[in-house]
Amino acid sequence: MSASPASNPKSPDISEKNKKYDRQLRLWGDHGQAALESASVCLINATATGTETLKSLVLAGLGSFTIVDGKIATAEDIGNNFFLPSDCAGESRGRSACRLLLELNPDVRGQHVEQPLERLLDTEPDRLQAFSVVVATELTDSCLSRLSEVLWSHNVPLLVARSYGLVGSIRLQVREHLVVESHPDPDSVVADLRLLQPFPALAAFCDSQQLEAMDRAAHGHTPFLVLLYKALQRWRDEHDGAPPSGYREKKQFKETLQQFRLRTADGVPELEENFDEAERAVNTLLTPPSVPEAVRTLFASQQCNSLTAKSDDFWVLVKALHEYVENEGEGLLPVRGPIPDMFSDSDRYIQLQNIYREEARRGADQVQRRVHLLLESLGRPSDVITEEQVRHFCRNTHALRVFEGTAVQQELRHLRLPANEMAAHLQNPESEMVIYAMLRAAERFRSEYSTAPGAEDDQVETDVIKLKACLSRLLSDWGCQNTIKDDYVQEFCRYGGSELHTVAALIGGCAAHEVIKLVTGQYAPIDNTFIYNGISSSSAVFRL
Amino acid sequence: MEVEGSSSGARPAGLWTHLQRLVTRPGPLAHPEFTPSPEILDLLRDTVRVLVVGAGGLGCELLKDLALMGFGMIDVIDMDTIDVSNLNRQFLFRQQDVGRPKAVVAAEFIHGRVPGCTVTPHYCKIQDYDDLFYRQFHVVVCGLDSILARRWINGMLVSLLRYEEDGSLDQSSMIPLVDGGTEGFKGNARVILPGMSACIECMLDLYPPQRNFPLCTIAHTPRLPEHCVEYARLLLWPKENPWGDGAAIDGDDPAHVGWILERAQERAAEYGIAGVDYRLTQGVVKRIIPAVASTNAVVAAACATEVFKLVTSCAAPMNNYMVFNDEDGIYTYTYEHERNLQLSSGQELAVADVSTPNTVIFTLELTDA
Repeated sequence: MSASPASNPKSPDISEKNKKYDRQLRLWGDHGQAALESASVCLINATATGTETLKSLVLAGLGSFTIVDGKIATAEDIGNNFFLPSDCAGESRGRSACRLLLELNPDVRGQHVEQPLERLLDTEPDRLQAFSVVVATELTDSCLSRLSEVLWSHNVPLLVARSYGLVGSIRLQVREHLVVESHPDPDSVVADLRLLQPFPALAAFCDSQQLEAMDRAAHGHTPFLVLLYKALQRWRDEHDGAPPSGYREKKQFKETLQQFRLRTADGVPELEENFDEAERAVNTLLTPPSVPEAVRTLFASQQCNSLTAKSDDFWVLVKALHEYVENEGEGLLPVRGPIPDMFSDSDRYIQLQNIYREEARRGADQVQRRVHLLLESLGRPSDVITEEQVRHFCRNTHALRVFEGTAVQQELRHLRLPANEMAAHLQNPESEMVIYAMLRAAERFRSEYSTAPGAEDDQVETDVIKLKACLSRLLSDWGCQNTIKDDYVQEFCRYGGSELHTVAALIGGCAAHEVIKLVTGQYAPIDNTFIYNGISSSSAVFRL
Repeated sequence: MEVEGSSSGARPAGLWTHLQRLVTRPGPLAHPEFTPSPEILDLLRDTVRVLVVGAGGLGCELLKDLALMGFGMIDVIDMDTIDVSNLNRQFLFRQQDVGRPKAVVAAEFIHGRVPGCTVTPHYCKIQDYDDLFYRQFHVVVCGLDSILARRWINGMLVSLLRYEEDGSLDQSSMIPLVDGGTEGFKGNARVILPGMSACIECMLDLYPPQRNFPLCTIAHTPRLPEHCVEYARLLLWPKENPWGDGAAIDGDDPAHVGWILERAQERAAEYGIAGVDYRLTQGVVKRIIPAVASTNAVVAAACATEVFKLVTSCAAPMNNYMVFNDEDGIYTYTYEHERNLQLSSGQELAVADVSTPNTVIFTLELTDA
């Protein structure tokens, strides 16, 4: 393997960073990585759940983290936490964890603040403003409530992660989270290729294709979009200009399509892969284009219709898009650009690709002009939203997502869900809402008795009675009857507030990716509470 | 620091408090056969043998998870050495470890971080060992990226099964297999009881078919950047032999990938195809599957939890397949994958005992290991 090639090509200069992060750059791209590298995360309490969250962020190349923890490490802490060395009992838990986490990746900066969150909230709460996201573990309800209030007012996202025996939860508090690049599952996206309303360049290209004048090879290598276009023309001629709609007509349309196939001398249709592809696409591609419901909701939203100089760029873009749709877009979103792969010769596929790409650029340019005008009217420099940003936005208009959050502080005070809805959840033995209620009851216990139910071996039985009382009061606050089986109360006392490493690792892994979603603005975060049930190896997400 | 008296490893008081509560206390939601006892922790440390197959993204996580769940006798087998592109998730490895065997470095790391846990590394292929080796273990956990390797392990464990004269399974010959897999933000975990529940062979249809491009497209009508890379890789490389006769392509050698990249770019320019760059070229050449730390952490944790449940009976094990995806929110779905009895290696298998999810499937012999 040592012989060098005659032409001796030089090795491309691939940076160490690109090599190290290669497997993730393929998912969130260089721009996602850049966003992650400029993010700073605050972890409240270096519990196993907390350090497991930071671990996956530090490995991925987070910019920096700060651990706020006033606790001294105990043997119990060391036993379930991979980032506390075996000899650190009696030392600052935050400092020990910070040191071992930093070993994971020299690109990441980290520091620790050796004081409990309560003191930080008393003395310098504004310090929390500086963070991209705050991840909180091991907080009492009262402390969590204060933290929630501060972060809500500063508009800093908060993730509350909890591992409790064999169960756990993640709660996301964010006022508003805007996602341009949600990466919808490609199989679930119906490509809008404008076959029913072809734009001029597409029509001109298709019209230039003379199927009947082609030789066999050219015929069989004609991109299926052209075949659908031709068949559609014939269908329209025969149906007063109306396209096929509904199952029956689309089935008939496939017969129209068949008429274009080459046939042998005996009239048997030739094997032509492009026709097979066309047939498969009939059900999806011949759907009239429209603005998705989710995007129309954005157009109607208050943020879009009352722009100010302080509005997020996202809303300026949405407004510009809306104006485009109402005017030059003639009721439609701009063409996105990419086309699916299809059987074809090289030349015509590339031509088609360029036609769509050019049309997408035209649309984006028109949106960009509107963005400029809007920025001007808002008194902002017209170049604060770049051409690249507009293009990126226009490529993703089909998948824009907006999350309106709720405050944890509110949730702790009263239930957002109607009582009957909650009661229905709790009566369903399969519903993970039972786990949520139990976690809340256990926290209430902790607030009242300053310890977890079942923390001491000799108190388990008395704690069962006390926890049951906490649960009953919680449910009556919610206006629900206590339909939860005593089994759960006993199981929670069995846990005694234990944090098992594997549950912490699972919750931490999930929480880390939620942080990545928040700081990169890619993918859709949970809305807004994730419940993990390790007893049944299942999970659920609720909006609370 | 206080040390508990009894056996080999020094164990500071309170270190295992979290685990202790779970295994020493009864619970109505525990497995019906669960017998709470402080001895369970001793068993985990001194008696139960767990084999981790693969020391990559999942393997590193599994070793950490099992060590901190009290397992003290772990073996790990992996034939690979460490590459720099592993470092974004395989957290037991550092820059200075690049080039060293994964199994060895991982074992050293765990040993140093979790005193009392012994990890025995095996730097070799799984096929280098026979049934005598695999028979030693109570549970096998796989963190692999190869379907073939999974099938081999599965086949090995099925071959270890013994049957009674009446055709029923001798359960003491059954070694449970817990298997994890990830791709990007998706993953799955499964619990396999060879001879009793759906095995890897029963689930083969869950794997997506490999994406291949027809040779005539590559040779004559390229449309995609991938076609151009495949042209350079499959047609030009064997013809021009740039590194001498018969030299294979090394996807980790930037000079090799660079050569393919240049040829692919020439071809792309000829056809007006956009998008051939280094990342894409290497991805096609090595068939790279994207991977992130978080998905590995989640799937490995789910698997390690199942290992712990299987061994301790502190709760019923998963029955038997869970998919995970955190691209849009966080989604999991757990269901029982059915056995495909057509496949079960000629034995008249007793289908008994597995129809109800909570059937006892694994009883540790407390004394004779």
